[in-house]
Amino acid sequence: MSRVTRFAPLILLLLVIAALVWRLATPANSDVPSKLEGQSLPAFALPAAVPGKPPLSSGDFKGQPRLLNVFASWCVPCITEVKVLGELKARGVAIEGVAVRDRPADIAYFLANNGDPYERIGSDPQSSLQIALGSSGVPETFVIDAKGVIRYQHIGPIEAKDVPLILQKLEQAR
Amino acid sequence: MITTPSSPRTRGPGIKKKWVPAFAGMTMMLWSLPALAQSNLPPAYWANRKLPDPKQEARADALMDEIRCLVCQGQSIADSDAELAGDMRDLVRRRIAAGESPVSIRTWLIQRYGSWISYKPTAEPAAWPLWLAPLALLLAGLFLLRKRIKR
Repeated sequence: MSRVTRFAPLILLLLVIAALVWRLATPANSDVPSKLEGQSLPAFALPAAVPGKPPLSSGDFKGQPRLLNVFASWCVPCITEVKVLGELKARGVAIEGVAVRDRPADIAYFLANNGDPYERIGSDPQSSLQIALGSSGVPETFVIDAKGVIRYQHIGPIEAKDVPLILQKLEQAR
Repeated sequence: MITTPSSPRTRGPGIKKKWVPAFAGMTMMLWSLPALAQSNLPPAYWANRKLPDPKQEARADALMDEIRCLVCQGQSIADSDAELAGDMRDLVRRRIAAGESPVSIRTWLIQRYGSWISYKPTAEPAAWPLWLAPLALLLAGLFLLRKRIKR
């Protein structure tokens, strides 16, 4: 047996260990992106999530590109995100909200404490629209163009560093 | 675990009593993590209820076993306690009850989440290595064996 073949199992073992250590150090991305990018929004009509705010339907996505923000009052990252959404609103971005598995009183409390950047908020008590959008969690945000086509999906909270990217995607959707 | 009919809930002799609190503690710790992202709404109506028609329930059950949970990504929606999994079970049962076929529901979900959502193996090119691996390993084994026999 030559020297190379004698050490082959050991080298193989070391390679396997190296691969495992590498995967532990850089965990795989577990995001599940929606396959609906480039397609029309599914038709929907959600009831108003809070009294005094208009309900949300797929027909509302017209006239200009809009953000469709999937959020919830019980979602911790949404608290920081909604403040960034407030900054986007100040820059003239139209933002529509979908409150997943939420109660009117909880949403009202959430908006009173953290600001309300939404034009309309639809209530999605059984995650139906969330599933129809191919969204897998809160928060997620979709860029919808003026024709109601999904142009971009942002998974996780929009942070201050994401603002330029979101503005760029909105511009591209124009 | 082996149980006798007279006492169906007795613990098997293999588990030492002192481990039980430790296991209970570990289970509670595991449970406390996802509780952070729980809503205040009860589960959807059909999330944990069986359909009255056993045939429909069987069809829904078979499909739910093959749909992957988006939250607990190693589990099927039938096994997962995540709220989104409950909402997906509700969706599956509602659509089956309305007469939709399991194939059509699976296709609808795959259109949204990709084949990722389905545990059913596909014949897509991405899965070819998986199908060919046993054959390749068998050939490699035969090759090694042939070398050994020659010597």
